[in-house]
Amino acid sequence: MAQFRVCPDSGFYFDKSAESLMKANAVAGAVFLLIAGILGLGVILTRWQEVHLLPADLFYQVLTGHGINALIFWIIFFEMAILYFASSTLLRCRLAAPRWAWLGFALMLIGALTNNIAVLQGNSSVMMTSYAPMQAAPHFYLGLILFAVGALIGCFVFLGTLVIAHADKTYEGSIPLVTFGALTACIIAIFTIASGAIILIPTFLWSVGYIGHIDAAMYRVIWWGMGHSSQQINVAAHVSIWYLLVGVLFGARPMSEKVSRMAFLLYILFLQLASAHHLLADPGLSAEWKVFNTSYAMYLAVLASMIHGLTVPGSMEVAQRAKGFTKGMFEWLRKAPWGNPVFSGFFFSLVIFGFLGGITGVVMGTEQINLIIHNTIYVPAHFHATVAVGTTLAFMALTYLLIPVLFRREVFLPWMARWQPYVFSAGMTLMILFMLGAGTLGVSRRHWDMDFTGAALAFEYPGTAYTMMAVAGIGGVLAVLGGAMYLIVTVGSLLFGKKLEASAGLFQGFGVPLAPSVYNVEQPERLPMAQPLAHSQHGSSTMEAPGTFALALALLVVFVVYYFINWDTLAAVWPLS
Amino acid sequence: MSSFLPPSERIWWNTPIGKEEVLWIGIALVWCLIMFFMMPYWHIYGKQNLSNEAYQTTAPAFQAKVDEMVAQYKVGEEAGIPIVKPPVGSDVYMLGRLWQWYPILELEKNQSYRLHLSSMDWNHGFSLQPVNINLQIMPGYEMVLTVTPDTAGDFTVVCNEYCGIGHHLMLGKIYVKE
Repeated sequence: MAQFRVCPDSGFYFDKSAESLMKANAVAGAVFLLIAGILGLGVILTRWQEVHLLPADLFYQVLTGHGINALIFWIIFFEMAILYFASSTLLRCRLAAPRWAWLGFALMLIGALTNNIAVLQGNSSVMMTSYAPMQAAPHFYLGLILFAVGALIGCFVFLGTLVIAHADKTYEGSIPLVTFGALTACIIAIFTIASGAIILIPTFLWSVGYIGHIDAAMYRVIWWGMGHSSQQINVAAHVSIWYLLVGVLFGARPMSEKVSRMAFLLYILFLQLASAHHLLADPGLSAEWKVFNTSYAMYLAVLASMIHGLTVPGSMEVAQRAKGFTKGMFEWLRKAPWGNPVFSGFFFSLVIFGFLGGITGVVMGTEQINLIIHNTIYVPAHFHATVAVGTTLAFMALTYLLIPVLFRREVFLPWMARWQPYVFSAGMTLMILFMLGAGTLGVSRRHWDMDFTGAALAFEYPGTAYTMMAVAGIGGVLAVLGGAMYLIVTVGSLLFGKKLEASAGLFQGFGVPLAPSVYNVEQPERLPMAQPLAHSQHGSSTMEAPGTFALALALLVVFVVYYFINWDTLAAVWPLS
Repeated sequence: MSSFLPPSERIWWNTPIGKEEVLWIGIALVWCLIMFFMMPYWHIYGKQNLSNEAYQTTAPAFQAKVDEMVAQYKVGEEAGIPIVKPPVGSDVYMLGRLWQWYPILELEKNQSYRLHLSSMDWNHGFSLQPVNINLQIMPGYEMVLTVTPDTAGDFTVVCNEYCGIGHHLMLGKIYVKE
């Protein structure tokens, strides 16, 4: 029975059930992004002190919902779609156990809704981290547990598909780099969910009264085994997407399979240690433990990200130079398709992740420097650079590719799609930079009122802190506008986009398969290995990607200077020992 | 192309490595090691380090120590909160609770104190402003650190770990006298 269709534009083969699951997961992700974005607007308009939109109780409720919907539900739903794409579609293999995959999807959906209902009811405004002994309603934790179980099923469907592809020999040689990266994300996800189970199940039992006491310090150690690792799933996933997008856009091949894959392996080996980043100002953990773990064992996982930061744009440069864009250092970049949101989204994701997200992350994750940053608004500034731009924008760029390829629709309002990555990146960058600034002035994160209205004692932040929060507010509003543009384009494409396949009806956009006649391939031909390079330039005295190397050196200079500026700032505060 | 095709070498380990990749990995690795050794270096030569000293405790036990210090060294009151001036070099205590830092401490410039911090209920954040020193304060754990205020003036302890609806009301004070 034929169950594959071939996309005439991209040449990708889609398994019928995998295709439906990808659509359903991507659409569910977009719905939760919509919720997260609306709540995010409430957060930023309250933190902008001159506007101060929401009352305190509503602010904390909205902030809790914003964090969970954006960081967990949107991203992980979308990542499930990526796992199915990287296994079934890229390997030309049927999806393992589609019924189980649908069960996983249903559990994730029920879990996400349950958790949102708990937050909406108002007695679970405990932030995403829900630090015990602060307690949420039992179904707050139960929703997260159900969601995690669903995601775990999705991970095993992905692994099962790899096993089938290997057994059926649907591809020659080794799995492609993108699938390798997705496998990294999957392995980290399983570790993450295990940590989540270890902490959330007892916390749930505590919330219903079966367990008497949850230790505050233990909760933080294990919760962050889930909390930070889940962000490492995102890193592995969006780096894989970067490789996919440069491959699709430029026909780029990885500069060296060995280097890129070793970098992914470093993620598996060391990213999990990052739990320590959140505990640097905690009592009861030794300095040795903090130093080793916060550095991911001597920064070996940071090394991995620095490697990808070179090899992703480097492979693009090599491909562009081969096409004749060889003038000077940067013709390959100047002549890139800047009007194509798949490219601009990818490139801004890469640059902002590296320059803003990466550097600030390492700086604030330094054991002693953390003392001047812990729990200030510098922290959300950092993770908006990594997750809200790095991961989310990469996924947005991928969406513009998937609308025609997966959903078989033309992109709706292409001019809006063209501007979307620019508006979103500009807004986010503005917000991030000024939140970083406000953080260095001591402004707290997760704080309703920087005026401290009604407090018994008084304190005033310097005027510049207010200015910075106001500029951050403007940036945040712009970023929400960019997010809204993304949703208008994607939802509009599914509803009104011109059909590229006669049978692409509305509901086919949300998970119902296309008409049976489209699925006319029983089993695609075996996926061939890449053509070997005609003549290897490796080992020659000239560089293949000098422009990228110069950009990497620029990153390093910014990194080194900013790193030591922070040590200098630390040296000025009260001596502690 | 081949980022989503199987690599041209069946054993990907055998693919050659480009020149800029080798160079960059070398540079990046050196930088990573520098960053790593900065942390132990600062433990030896730097002046701002968090101590390893912490004890498990309970809210009543810690409260008793605070009350004892307040009873002995109270010198005044502000907004209903006692101001305490403990002797130079002594053990000083501050507790966080919903939604207050207690008591107000009066310290002398350039003198060292052993500062004990704990929470009576939930997680709190000890954020000393405008110095900008930030610590996590937890129930059941007593953090001890030696602090040497080297600037005189009025300092505020903001709570920067979310602790419920009155989080923004939670301020404390440390006064440092010449």
